Amino acid sequence: MMSQITNEGLILACSAIGAGLAMIAGIGPGIGQGIAAGHGAAAVGRNPGAKSDVTSTMLLGQAVAETTGLYGLAVAMILLFANPLLGKL
Amino acid sequence: MGNGYGILAASDVDFMIHGLLKFRLFGQELWLTTTHVSVLIVMTGLLIFAIVVRCKLKDTEGRPGALQNIAELIVESLDNMVAGSMGTKGKKYRNYIGVLFLFILFSNLSGLLGLRPPTADFGVTFPLGLITFGIIQYNNVKWNKFGAVKSLFEPIPLFFPINLIGELAVPFSLSLRLFGNIMSGTVMMALIYGLLSKIAIGWPGFLHIYFDIFSGCIQTYVFCMLTMVFTVDKMGD
Repeated sequence: MMSQITNEGLILACSAIGAGLAMIAGIGPGIGQGIAAGHGAAAVGRNPGAKSDVTSTMLLGQAVAETTGLYGLAVAMILLFANPLLGKL
Repeated sequence: MGNGYGILAASDVDFMIHGLLKFRLFGQELWLTTTHVSVLIVMTGLLIFAIVVRCKLKDTEGRPGALQNIAELIVESLDNMVAGSMGTKGKKYRNYIGVLFLFILFSNLSGLLGLRPPTADFGVTFPLGLITFGIIQYNNVKWNKFGAVKSLFEPIPLFFPINLIGELAVPFSLSLRLFGNIMSGTVMMALIYGLLSKIAIGWPGFLHIYFDIFSGCIQTYVFCMLTMVFTVDKMGD
């Protein structure tokens, strides 16, 4: 049974699992962006006059918080579409 | 390039960069890719807009036309954005930030026209990040003189490697953020059109609004904003 698995197939399968695991990194930015949005909404509720300032600051903070998730995305993309491990066979 | 060994390679999902023309320069094999074509189309569009507006400005007497009003609106709002976050110190960066904003915005929006967005190629976003890095370090040395080096050893010399990595990571994080967002939008749309091609009629338009327009505008704003924030951070009082 195990002998039917080619080296290439094993690497592709493990890469797919690895890509899925890499996307677990999406949890962090999700929580962070949610917290930022919640506090932004609270700030607008307290001071509706500063809505545009609060919104732009919130979006900036969210975009920075997103970075770690994008690193996970980059790793997943590399594993799926430009797999460096296949070249090592 | 173009033929990455993908798990989806069997189906007709296609969002990779394709090489169009191969040529050799100094013994190096180089490719003209779809990214180059998209960048050229975006640049041509912006140039034509600029030239048309310039010609309209020339023979205006008295009341400005509609086109001039639009152009003034764009320029004024971009200037206000720079003035709002850089203050009076950043006056000479209005040109650069304005051009950067328009280029990234139209690059991101070009996905709506069926082009592959140029910003979905790391080779386009990384140079933009490097330019930002150059501006940041230029201002760092210009305003802080020797303090630019000294700040790497603060608060204690042990922090030197961490501070150095923190400085060097700026272009990578900036360009990866833009690349990752636009690339993920491109991949999502390609998956929807490729895998659901039978029923993908009409309704993907709403996804275009999110992935191309909303995400593209936000990332444009964020890239320009971070460039300005990092730069003004290095400027003294």
